[in-house]
Amino acid sequence: MYIIESGNVAAATGVKLSRAQVIAAYPITPQTPLTEKLSELVESGEMKSEYIQVESEHSAMSVCIAASTAGTRAFTATSANGLLYMNEQLHWAAGARLPIVMCVANRGVGAPWTVWNDHQDTISQRDGGWIQLYANDHQQIIDTVIKAFRLSEKVSIPVMVCYDGYLLSHTYMPFDQPGQDKVDAFLPPFAPTHFLDPENPANFNTVTLPDVRPNTAGVVEPGYMEIRHNLHEDMKAAIDVYEEIDEEYNKEFGRGGSPFVEEYKCAEADFVAVCIGSLSYHLRDIIDSMREKGVNIGVMGVHMYRPFPNAAIVDALKGKKCAIIFEKALSYGNQGALYADIKSALYSSEDRPIVHSYILGLGGREIKTEHLVDALTESCNSPETVGDDTRWIGLKLQA
Amino acid sequence: MRDDVIEVRWHGRGGQGAITAAKIVANAAFVSGYKGVVMAPTFGTERRGAPVFTSLKISKEKIYDLSPIATPDMVVVLDHTLLEEVDVTAGLKKGGLVVLNTPRALESYTFDGMKIAISDVTSHSVEAGLPQGIVNSGIIGTFAKASGLVDMDTLIPAIEKEFVGKRPEENSSAAKLAYERTEIGGK
Amino acid sequence: MKEKDRKFCSKISRSTPGPGDGGNTGSWRVVRPIIDLSKCIPAKTKKKACFNCWLYCPDCVVSKTIPPTIDLTYCKGCGICAEECPASAISMVEEGSLIGEDK
Repeated sequence: MYIIESGNVAAATGVKLSRAQVIAAYPITPQTPLTEKLSELVESGEMKSEYIQVESEHSAMSVCIAASTAGTRAFTATSANGLLYMNEQLHWAAGARLPIVMCVANRGVGAPWTVWNDHQDTISQRDGGWIQLYANDHQQIIDTVIKAFRLSEKVSIPVMVCYDGYLLSHTYMPFDQPGQDKVDAFLPPFAPTHFLDPENPANFNTVTLPDVRPNTAGVVEPGYMEIRHNLHEDMKAAIDVYEEIDEEYNKEFGRGGSPFVEEYKCAEADFVAVCIGSLSYHLRDIIDSMREKGVNIGVMGVHMYRPFPNAAIVDALKGKKCAIIFEKALSYGNQGALYADIKSALYSSEDRPIVHSYILGLGGREIKTEHLVDALTESCNSPETVGDDTRWIGLKLQA
Repeated sequence: MRDDVIEVRWHGRGGQGAITAAKIVANAAFVSGYKGVVMAPTFGTERRGAPVFTSLKISKEKIYDLSPIATPDMVVVLDHTLLEEVDVTAGLKKGGLVVLNTPRALESYTFDGMKIAISDVTSHSVEAGLPQGIVNSGIIGTFAKASGLVDMDTLIPAIEKEFVGKRPEENSSAAKLAYERTEIGGK
Repeated sequence: MKEKDRKFCSKISRSTPGPGDGGNTGSWRVVRPIIDLSKCIPAKTKKKACFNCWLYCPDCVVSKTIPPTIDLTYCKGCGICAEECPASAISMVEEGSLIGEDK
């Protein structure tokens, strides 16, 4: 059933349909309407969940960790500094292998303060062991939330579903709400692999010594390094799992088919613009008009950022003349994060394109169509000249 | 970029309900067959009384570009006092439409080369039984009369659905009154 | 540019906002502060005392004078001065009621 609503409401509806059992979230712009909608749904009884009020995001994730460890389906949401506030608990949830799902309405981080959109919040958390999925529009937000619960519970790794603050969280567009029965068939109740059980008492995540050691029954328990290695390996294996889940979702609901990257006119293209989020859709009109002028160009949106879908990226970009990466985040003192990951993925590829790096839109800096056209035109006309240097689009006060 | 997108910019003050008005029109447009509908409010810190604008884009096909409207086809102004502090017609295409809630006469306005539609929505809304200052439902009537974009048969149920539990009939009544009493002028 | 010639930390966020920094905030006003000079501490005592209203005003529109005055060009009617006045000397009055009086 189609409705016209905001991205935040799309996310909340996805959480409702997924029958999250425990919600603990602290409001922060631009996620706040999401938490407000969820609290309305719980208050009215439309959602049979526990909504636990907390005084901070650190506590929000702590409650989710506890709830998930107790064997319930837990959800939270945040943005920017809220995500950073729960930072140690993000690492904890991943290391503890808890299938928590979190929505992040992407917003730039302080200092200085900004409430507007960029990707530094989630991109800066890419190393922690959370799966990261990014949506391009409201339909993808609601669909990805449902798929995220299925994925996280299958691989026992927490998943963050990210969407552009304001640009998606606060804009309104039509999207289809799947029926509850079909979602129930797709997403069965949570069956945890490990949980607090009074019948079988156990300790979780105690101090592990640097080396493995046998327990009192003589069985050698995994040490810290084995546990962390397992997280890494399971994360990489999650790539194939998500592809299967997306395929099944596509069969049931008629949407999907691009679990890792979403390509537009890339198949025969010489040049491919690459980015994350709603920008990849914004670029489509620009791609169309550049094609009319004879430039053989396409655009690719990256949906799965962690684990990084190296094979899909290489497959999409090999043989191209140039990949032009646009990012709303960077690793300070080095390079754009997505740019570095893509270059690394292409390193051993014989047929690899030249890769360009553009930073734009930080702190909600307006992304003007003419700037994108200028950047793409220069990259396409002289790929060797643009080279390795990170370029900034929309920067003012250059002096 | 695309020429199949109709762009309407709504100007109001925080708390006046420009977003709700645009959302009602968006819903009605979608029901009328416009598959592509995107509504983007002013992003950022909000405050009652501060000028805000909302971008509404309508097309038969899905819209991918969410950036704010630079060259609107129409602008709707919920509060005539905004004309003094905001350039509401910035970027308005030649021959574009200005829809304005004002108690003043049509003759007191000139927007060169633009079509203008006015209505004293503030008074009509009170007449319809709404509290003073609720203008976002009434202005839809003026917009409908002037633009012909969506017809009242689709808009009235959309208005009543949005205001369920909040005087739906008075709100749709305000829209009907404003529709009937809209005056249109200009080039 | 050689690193040793580089001037570091050339762009930070440091501001000293003044009236009008928030834009045309006077037009946002729905209620306006009125100071009762018979209660206002600096006005009554003719001393440079209190000035909470000047201190707390987020738009810097209250003058640190005896008596304090309010610049209505930018006063947005937030009511913080009335809230913070220890003498309860400031009341927030509906703009609409004043327009009626003007008429």
